[in-house]
Amino acid sequence: MDNREYIMIDGIPVEINGEKNLLELIRKAGIKLPTFCYHSELSIYGACRMCMVENEWGGLDAACSTPPKAGMSIKTNTERLQKYRKMILELLLANHCRDCTTCNNNGKCKLQDLAMRYNISRIRFPNTSPEPDVDDSSLCITKDKSKCILCGDCVRVCSEVQNVGAIDFAYRGSKMTISTVFDKPIAQSNCVGCGQCALACPTGAIVVKDDTRKVWKEIYDKNTRVSVQIAPAVRVALGKELGLNDGENAIGKIVAALRRMGFDDIFDTSTGADLTVLEESAELLKRIKEGKNDMPLFTSCCPAWVNYCEKFHPELLPHVSTCRSPMQMFASIIKEEYSTSSKRLVHVAVMPCTAKKFEAAREEFKVNGVPNVDYVLTTQELIQMIKESGIVFSELEPEAIDMPFGTYTGAGVIFGVTGGVTEAVLRRVVSDKSPTSFRSLAYTGVRGMKGVKEASVMYGDRKLRIAVVSGLKNASDLIERIKAGEHYDLVEVMACPGGCINGGGQPFVQSEEREKRGKGLYSADKLCNIKSSEENPLMMTLYKGILKGRVHELLHVDYASTKEAK
Amino acid sequence: MISSREELQKAREKYLRYLKAEKKRILVCAGTGCVSGGSLEIFERLSELISKRGMDCQVELQEEPHENTIGMKKSGCHGFCEMGPLVRIEPEGYLYTKVKPEDCEEIVDKTIVAGEHIERLAYKQNGIVYKKQDEIPFYKRQTRLVLEHCGQIDSTSITEYIATGGYCALEKALFDMNSDDIINEISEANLRGRGGGGFPAGRKWAQVKRQNAKQKYVVCNGDEGDPGAFMDRSIMEGDPHRMLEGMIIAGIACGASEGYIYVRAEYPLAVSRLKRAIEQAKEYGLLGENILGSGFSFNIHINRGAGAFVCGEGSALTASIEGKRGMPRVKPPRTVEQGLFDMPTVLNNVETFANVPLIIKNGACWYKSIGTEKSPGTKAFALTGNIENTGLIEIPMGTTLREVIFDIGGGMRGGTDFKAVQIGGPSGGCLSEKDLDLPLDFDSLKKAGAMIGSGGLVVMDNNTCMVEVARFFMNFTQNESCGKCVPCREGTKRMLEVLERIVEGNGQDGDIELLLELADTISATALCGLGKAAAFPVVSTIKNFREEYEAHIYDKKCPTGNCQKLKTITIDASLCKGCSKCARSCPVGAITGKVKEPFVIDQSKCIKCGACIETCAFHAILEG
Repeated sequence: MDNREYIMIDGIPVEINGEKNLLELIRKAGIKLPTFCYHSELSIYGACRMCMVENEWGGLDAACSTPPKAGMSIKTNTERLQKYRKMILELLLANHCRDCTTCNNNGKCKLQDLAMRYNISRIRFPNTSPEPDVDDSSLCITKDKSKCILCGDCVRVCSEVQNVGAIDFAYRGSKMTISTVFDKPIAQSNCVGCGQCALACPTGAIVVKDDTRKVWKEIYDKNTRVSVQIAPAVRVALGKELGLNDGENAIGKIVAALRRMGFDDIFDTSTGADLTVLEESAELLKRIKEGKNDMPLFTSCCPAWVNYCEKFHPELLPHVSTCRSPMQMFASIIKEEYSTSSKRLVHVAVMPCTAKKFEAAREEFKVNGVPNVDYVLTTQELIQMIKESGIVFSELEPEAIDMPFGTYTGAGVIFGVTGGVTEAVLRRVVSDKSPTSFRSLAYTGVRGMKGVKEASVMYGDRKLRIAVVSGLKNASDLIERIKAGEHYDLVEVMACPGGCINGGGQPFVQSEEREKRGKGLYSADKLCNIKSSEENPLMMTLYKGILKGRVHELLHVDYASTKEAK
Repeated sequence: MISSREELQKAREKYLRYLKAEKKRILVCAGTGCVSGGSLEIFERLSELISKRGMDCQVELQEEPHENTIGMKKSGCHGFCEMGPLVRIEPEGYLYTKVKPEDCEEIVDKTIVAGEHIERLAYKQNGIVYKKQDEIPFYKRQTRLVLEHCGQIDSTSITEYIATGGYCALEKALFDMNSDDIINEISEANLRGRGGGGFPAGRKWAQVKRQNAKQKYVVCNGDEGDPGAFMDRSIMEGDPHRMLEGMIIAGIACGASEGYIYVRAEYPLAVSRLKRAIEQAKEYGLLGENILGSGFSFNIHINRGAGAFVCGEGSALTASIEGKRGMPRVKPPRTVEQGLFDMPTVLNNVETFANVPLIIKNGACWYKSIGTEKSPGTKAFALTGNIENTGLIEIPMGTTLREVIFDIGGGMRGGTDFKAVQIGGPSGGCLSEKDLDLPLDFDSLKKAGAMIGSGGLVVMDNNTCMVEVARFFMNFTQNESCGKCVPCREGTKRMLEVLERIVEGNGQDGDIELLLELADTISATALCGLGKAAAFPVVSTIKNFREEYEAHIYDKKCPTGNCQKLKTITIDASLCKGCSKCARSCPVGAITGKVKEPFVIDQSKCIKCGACIETCAFHAILEG
């Protein structure tokens, strides 16, 4: 007896397998039903009306908001439906800037893509596209109201996933816009710079702040020595746009490409992460030993989380680790190392993250008014620069990181995925350093794409309680639980769901592909012969050399006191 | 505080005795229309004069009146607003119209003291003087059930409501019926939602009752947004307790203990009357904890809407109550499953709830004897436009448009010819002469491409340009679109754009087809009812008056001469004497010529103000 349930889609039976709505089922059946406002991880908005399907009685239903029921029969491609979809596209385009060739999102835009797919060749309405209305006050993202199609994806990401609510709808009808409170510049809003809105935006209305021109200028300047560090999550996220598979570790090719582009010294942020592991583990153990009222310890690697904490939970800042992020720790070291160079030093960080652009510009990380990290490029910008260089990325021979900072451990590499920081710290603090012990740490619950994870690990005779959250809404919920009395020793927070692999500066992917990126990082960890940060031989050199007597100055920051000072 | 059924019955007998003892009553209309006409001043003046004459004047029905007490009451809206301020005198049943403060002395001396009728204040139609309210054709053809108290009792008094049978239905629902009985009665009566959709209220209540939830809500939609419609306002102002009673009964039926009334902030009088009514009902033990000692508790809150038309849509309304942006959401889940605060919610409009006590009190059989089989009961309409009698009316479902317009409405104003009637506000359709014998009920109208909507009826004569009418309504909907879904936000904007260019004389070949294509897309794909119905006025005017559109587009002429930009003013050379008077009166210098020779108008300069037409002594300047 066959208990499976089916619905008929364009005459073909498709099995229902727990799908929440018709749209998912239709896409499962291999039909690319168009949408602008549907994201499986957000609430159903149902506003673009592109996914309308015809039911057996000739009525129309929005596939995104109709639950599948056994026995249904729907059509996805009738004359009417195609006519309506074309009309909706025509209506959107009549009101939209059509300077595609000079748009930051050219080639990545859903509106452009669907206009092409539906062969929209003429628009019967007067062109009423508004003048560009650009807000570039933020260091992280750039918003242009004139390119907005009001799908509301950014609004929902910002409030539902990140619990920030920096933007919302304002005005009604055809005057509707997306706005910060009182239409203030983004920089003056509650925005934490995570860039998830830019990821969700189907057009070029919210994009990552473009710093590529400035970096090119520095590279071409003969009087500069330009060093660069590449964050772990970048290597598994840029391949797809450059002819590799998503999730494929491309660090060797990235190094080769950067060298061809003219960067002088190329390093891996994973090395910086090893420093962070050592400092953060020490801080954790010190706090546990001292037994003061400053537990749990919150991680501080994620700049959007630090921003969120400063803006929404300043009372928790004493709980935030004083460790600088791997990027900043590494930048301090690099700037120190080359401080005697005859050329002007410029340090660039390639990050999966938009908020890093803000972090790099923080006063705390400037020496004599000069930031340790001069420019942050996101993965998206790096892809752009590689394309500009005419490099055929897929055919590059992989190359190695430069010395003297050419070694890193698997612990540093996994920083790019949710749970990675925690696992790296645990490798440092557990007494059993055998491969079996490390393998078992992977099964404590710290791995995986879930937004909230919990683990318990023994440290001596003490049980450490650990929480790992990604997505600021999850962080906010956890904070409420902690305030209600729940105890943890260590809390890892990453603002972007899934961690840095899904950072706001990465190319947009669906959740399945996101998992591939995570797997890519764990595979890179497997290939590293050193798994634990303290075993990185470079660490000893650094602590005995540059860092001697300067650990606090170069590797730490006190967000709580700078907040007070402000 | 009334704490049992017996006490309520005793109280009712007592108040009825008081009411009957008020031999003479003056009811001054205190609806919004008459109040703005100065009726409160009239009320004060009359009270003052009565006291001066040494008579007792009783405002509140609280004590047993003695023989010469005059009841002075602020009544609800009579519906005949254009004749206001209105004053009704009982027991004679006289209706005085357009009363001014200076008429008060005469009213007191002649009518109250001497019992005489004042003819000059009476309503006249076609030379006939109508002494009594019931005899006036406007009222004679109506069946006022829901509005029975409006104009007849003190709208601010719970005691008069109780005396006239109020809260009888609540009593019956609490003590003689269980929740299933109530739902069965409402279902059997086939009460259909008066807010526009006509969805059976009984089915809705049953669905909410079936839900398993900690909290359920009863929400009353008083966000009457159609331009010119004021049925719900009149009920809220004139008979607030009837609506509260309906809501409490819905609460019993569905197992809800909290009710919300969502009323437009533009209805301050309704808000204050409702507030007062809620306070009174609580004070009398008819609302709040343990109503009439039955163990059932129900509370009602008032929420004021900020005037967005779209908040009349159920999910936008509940969002607005929750403090969110008033924007409809996709369904499912439906409001009956997840409505206000995500809890099962009964959402009906004011008129629907006001029907409930009638049905519970008199039974479904009685209710079904009124109206048509599929649309029983009555419906209130706001009758406006180019007709003799405008105002608020209540008629049995199934009454024809002809009866409404020509009998109740008294026909076209100034003897013009009927052209069209817009039913159901900006979301409704325009019907023409051939539809005049159409019965007004949910299904017949839907078939004809219109809808009852909340009950607006705008009657238009042959001087009305139908393209302009369509443009007017599209402008309204476009302004009121919430902006969420693409077809409504962008589509209505484009429809308005096309209509604007047609009335301005810039219509193009293909515009009618483009309008229809846009209308089809919007109706089929819009997210909520506002969007789905946004194009109805355009589609129905194209269907019934296509030749008018064609005249605008192809001949660049407005057949009714309404569209300013399509007017041309010319000088008939054979009549012009060349006096130059017109040229001197023209504000833009568009007229030139030699004296004693025919003058000419430069069309590119003319602003069509018509000043020249008025000055020409020889009728040589023509408009067309």
